[in-house]
Amino acid sequence: MDDDALTPLHPAHRTVLALEAALASIPLLVGATAVDLAGELPFGLFLFPALLVAAWVVLGMPGRRYRSRGYAMGEDRLRVVRGMLFRKDTVVPFGRVQHLDVEQGPLERYFGLATLTMHTAGTHNASVRLPGLLRADAVAMRETIRSHIKRETL
Amino acid sequence: MNGTPIPLGEPRRTSRAGLLVHALDSLGRLALPIVAALIATGGFGGFGLLLLPVLVLPAALSLAFHYLAWERRTFTLGEEDIRVESGILSRQARSVPYERIQDVSLEQKPLPRLFGLVEVRFETGAGGKDELKLAYVTRTEGETLRRLLRELREGTAEVGPAGAEAGPVEQPAEAESQPIFAMGNRRIFTFGLFEFSLAVFAVLLGLAQQFDFLLPASIWQWETWRDLAVEEGSEANSLGQRIGAISEVAQAIAMTLGLAGLVLIGLATGLVRTFAREYGFRLDRTPRGFRRRRGLFTVTDVVMPAHRVQAAEIGTKWLRYRFGWHWLEFVSLAQDSKSASHRVAPFAQLEEIWPIIREAGLEPPPVGAVWHKQSLRAWSDSALIVVVPLVLAAMAVIVLADHPVFALAPLVFAVLAAFGHWYGWKFHAHALDRGQIYLRSGFLSPQMKLARQVKLQSVEIVQGPLARRRGYAALKFGLAGGSLAIDRLDLAEARRLRDAVLESVCSVDFSRLPQSAR
Repeated sequence: MDDDALTPLHPAHRTVLALEAALASIPLLVGATAVDLAGELPFGLFLFPALLVAAWVVLGMPGRRYRSRGYAMGEDRLRVVRGMLFRKDTVVPFGRVQHLDVEQGPLERYFGLATLTMHTAGTHNASVRLPGLLRADAVAMRETIRSHIKRETL
Repeated sequence: MNGTPIPLGEPRRTSRAGLLVHALDSLGRLALPIVAALIATGGFGGFGLLLLPVLVLPAALSLAFHYLAWERRTFTLGEEDIRVESGILSRQARSVPYERIQDVSLEQKPLPRLFGLVEVRFETGAGGKDELKLAYVTRTEGETLRRLLRELREGTAEVGPAGAEAGPVEQPAEAESQPIFAMGNRRIFTFGLFEFSLAVFAVLLGLAQQFDFLLPASIWQWETWRDLAVEEGSEANSLGQRIGAISEVAQAIAMTLGLAGLVLIGLATGLVRTFAREYGFRLDRTPRGFRRRRGLFTVTDVVMPAHRVQAAEIGTKWLRYRFGWHWLEFVSLAQDSKSASHRVAPFAQLEEIWPIIREAGLEPPPVGAVWHKQSLRAWSDSALIVVVPLVLAAMAVIVLADHPVFALAPLVFAVLAAFGHWYGWKFHAHALDRGQIYLRSGFLSPQMKLARQVKLQSVEIVQGPLARRRGYAALKFGLAGGSLAIDRLDLAEARRLRDAVLESVCSVDFSRLPQSAR
């Protein structure tokens, strides 16, 4: 089990991440503009650094985040890897999944993507999310995993 | 369900005597305000009497409210679930499937106990807050309910983890047999001695704050004390001289007496609290699980199904460890009053603990188990992160400050931190054996966690930036109702553990077990 064996997420996930980052940086830019307009200081003192930050967040980070993510669907387990700085590599055996969600946010829906969430009974990692899947893939994975879940009390 | 007084599918109410408990309870809560009001208004004469209805009216209202609430609250035992309907104006109906009830516990607080009433709690693992409970039913009804629920649940398909239920599941009736662990008064006395506590002083301090209106206001003003000191000090100029004036022998005697008093109070507090909590402690292995009864004033009676035990923890403290005393806790989704784990043996020797652990389907670590230490590299990295800044600070002090002596403080801390990390590395170890995972830590008060690998829900390897560069990782397991993690592991060892655990989790494939285990 090493990182080469990972399946990358759907490329559109990168776009979704970039759009989400763009939406998130709007308040920052608006705030910086307001401060610049209101203040006595030369225009751009706040806006320029804010623009730099926003540019990195929108253009630089999504690619790195996208590349840091991946998954591996095994016979009886699903492995989910994520995190740029703090890498988390989680394996959930199908037999331990309590229930499953397939969710779509508005942006994801536009690109036909979905997020698969596995809920386990563990207190740590109670739910493991895998975003950036094609909706059809997510549903297929859900069905595969579901067929492994049998009634089993804790 | 032979001759049970609780019919299925029929709505029932809780005990009517419970209303009396509520009434007495609210009366007790009102007693203090009434007394305070009487004192404030100068006794029963005139004005004080007028106040009485103001105080009694809420009590009457609350009683009426309780009556209505009682009348409108029913519980029904259905085919598949227990349903509780409640609410005076807005109605709530809650249903809990028998399948999801982790355990049923009976609790007797002192007041309900006088009336022979119990509170029945259904633990569903919802986190303790939103649990279903019935307050109050008669003791016999409570026990019948519990037995009935157990029987109803047995009727449902239960494909427990293979082999976990090797216990005496097939025994027909719950006979009152020998407890697997019990504590007599002597044991509880010894236990109480180790529970030395000075908490009573916190309580006294709190009381002093509550009732400070009874004390002269001037004690909180430093001027009072200054004046006092000046007055007294007129003959001997300072406090030091005054104390010096008393003979040293007398001082020593006073200090000894004071310390002895402190120790006595601490011991007494420990004894009283321990007796109140643990009196009559008894743990039984019943066909359906572990049953624990204890308590002097508030008697609790908790049953926890054996196959729901997720992990066991053995812990101790440094002093009691010298005498071989440990405690044993079971981790499960259900909660034990406040804590997440069930303390099934609060004060026991190891040879008493192992049989209990075996009853839960766990095995003590075998003698030949291979214990692995954690990553030396990870421990030394985190030691350096603490020690290097301290040493730098010490050097800065030596160069810049007038008194290089001050450099001693950071250096001492650096040495302590280094020693702490060495100690941590030396005494953390883990082992995999017989389908179980063992973690142990500590030397002065060693702790151990045991879990069956098949009970683990997920495995995660976490690496921070430094850990990735230096090749170590933290390994975190998903455990229902608790946590199980190894913080500092070589990456290869973390992967080995993960693969081994996943191997045993996936090899017991529940989907391939026969479903007709009824």
